[in-house]
Amino acid sequence: MDWFNTIIRTFFDFGAMAEVLPQLLAVGLLNTLIISIAATVLGTVLGMVVAVMGISPSKWLRIPARIYTDLFRGLPAILTILLIGQGFARLSQSIFGPSPYPLGIIALSLIASAYIGEIFRAGILSVDKGQGEACRALGMSYAKSMALVVVPQGVRRVLPALVNQFIAIVKDSSLVYFLGLLVTERELFRVGQDAAVLSGNLSPLVAAGLFYLVITVPLTHLVNHFDNKFRTGRRRAAPPTSGLKEVKELDAASPLTTGSNT
Amino acid sequence: MNTPTQNTTTAGRIGAPTFHGSSLELHNVTMAYGDIDVLRNVSLTVAPGTTTCIIGPSGSGKSTLLRGINRLHEPKSGDVLLAGDSTLGTNPDTLRTRIGMVFQHFNLFPDHTAEENVALALWAVKGMPRAQAMDRARQRLAEVGLAERADHRPRDLSGGQQQRVAIARALAMEPEVMLFDEATSALDPELVKGVLNLMAGLGRRGMTMLVVTHEMGFARKVADQVVFMDEGEVVEAGTPTQLFDNPRSERLQRFLSEVL
Repeated sequence: MDWFNTIIRTFFDFGAMAEVLPQLLAVGLLNTLIISIAATVLGTVLGMVVAVMGISPSKWLRIPARIYTDLFRGLPAILTILLIGQGFARLSQSIFGPSPYPLGIIALSLIASAYIGEIFRAGILSVDKGQGEACRALGMSYAKSMALVVVPQGVRRVLPALVNQFIAIVKDSSLVYFLGLLVTERELFRVGQDAAVLSGNLSPLVAAGLFYLVITVPLTHLVNHFDNKFRTGRRRAAPPTSGLKEVKELDAASPLTTGSNT
Repeated sequence: MNTPTQNTTTAGRIGAPTFHGSSLELHNVTMAYGDIDVLRNVSLTVAPGTTTCIIGPSGSGKSTLLRGINRLHEPKSGDVLLAGDSTLGTNPDTLRTRIGMVFQHFNLFPDHTAEENVALALWAVKGMPRAQAMDRARQRLAEVGLAERADHRPRDLSGGQQQRVAIARALAMEPEVMLFDEATSALDPELVKGVLNLMAGLGRRGMTMLVVTHEMGFARKVADQVVFMDEGEVVEAGTPTQLFDNPRSERLQRFLSEVL
C-alpha cells in the first residue's frame, strides 16, 4: 500500500492543511469573496448597459455593444486580465495606489459584463412582444416600457443564469494572482499555492480547492432548486370549477354591461 | 369633438360612465411590411360615438389597419385623421394616449395585479399620483365587473376576466377611440358573450369603436357600419343590413356563405 500512503501524504496531509487553514479563512476566502462579489456587482451593472444597448433600435448603440461582447467573451480570461492589469498599471497607481487588486476586479468585471450582458439580452428578448406593444399602445415611450415592464420580466427569468455566472467569476477570481498581489490581498488559490510551495506538499492547494467547492456546490444546487420552481410556477392546484359561475357573477356586477344611465 | 373626456358618475354607487368618442377618418392609407404592401388605399370614415366592425379572412390586413391607426406600425402613405386632425405628424406616444387598444391575447402585465395593470400608465404616462391612479384603477375595474378581483394577478384570472382588465386598462386612459383586435378570439366560448356585451355597452355609451372580429352576430347586432376586407383592400362597406343581407360583391357573398 505504498502508493496509497504517497497519495495521502501528497494530497491529504491534514497537518499541512490545518497549518494553512487560518490563512485560507482570514485572507484567502475573504479576498476571493470580495473580488468575486465586487466583480459580479460591477459586471451586472455594466452587463445591463451592454444588454440594453444590444437590443436598441439604433445601430450606433447595437454595434458597439456587439463588438464589446465579442471581444471580452472571445478572449481567454487570463489574457484580458494580464493586458488590463499590466497595461493600465500606471493609471491605476495614480488612482488606487500601488496594489493591482482594483485592476484585477475591473478586468474580471469587464469579462463578466460581456457574459451577463448576453444573459440579460436573451432574457429581455424572451419576453413576449405583446408586453412591449401593450405599453406602447398605452402611450408609454420605448424607454419607459422597457424600464417598467419588459426588463423586469426578462431579468426575473435569468436569475438562475446569473447565479451560474457568479460561480464562474468565483473560479476566475483565482487568475488575479497573475498580477502579483500583496500578502494580505491573496485569494484562496494564491494562499494555497504559496503554502504548497513552502511545504513541498499539495495538501494546502487541496484545502483551497475544498473552499471553492464549499462556495460553488451549494450555489449550483440552489440554482437548480430555483430553476425547478420557476419552471413549474407558483400556481396552486384548484378544484374544477363551472364556467357558469363566472358568467353569472360578471354579468351581474358589470355596470357597463347592465348599468342604467345611458 | 374637442372634449375627449369621460364623465364617470360615481355618486355613491358605481355608475356607468358615458364617453365622448371622436371621429376617425382614413384617407387612402397604404401600409407595407418591407417591400410588400399589405394594405392598399384604404379609406374609411367612422363617425363619433359609432361602432365599425371590420370582418374578413385572416391575412386580409384587418389587424394591420388597426396598428396603422395608433401607429404601432407606420403607414407608408395616406392620412389618418382623429377628431378632424391628421395624426401622422404628431408625437406617436401622445397620439396613443388618445386611442385605446385591446389585443387578442390580452397582453396584461403578468407581474402586476389587475389594479396595477390599470394604474401603471396612469402614473407612468399621465403623471397621476400613485394613490389616485390606484383609486381610478379600482373604479374602472368595478365598471367592468371586476371590483372583487382587483388584487389578482392575470394568471389567477380567467381569459374573460383578463380581457375585461385589458379593456379597463385602455379605458382608464380616457381614450377618444377604442380599437379591438380580435378581442374575443382567444376566449372560452362561454365567456365570449360577456366580453362582447361589455363592448356593446361601450358603444351604446358613446365610445367610437373600431372592432376587428370574427363574431358575425356581434357585427350584425352592434355595428353601425361593417367593413369587409380582403387582400389588403376594402371590398365592401355599409350598414350591417346592406352587407349581411344584400352583399353586392361576389367575394363577400362567398365569405358569408362560408362563415354563416
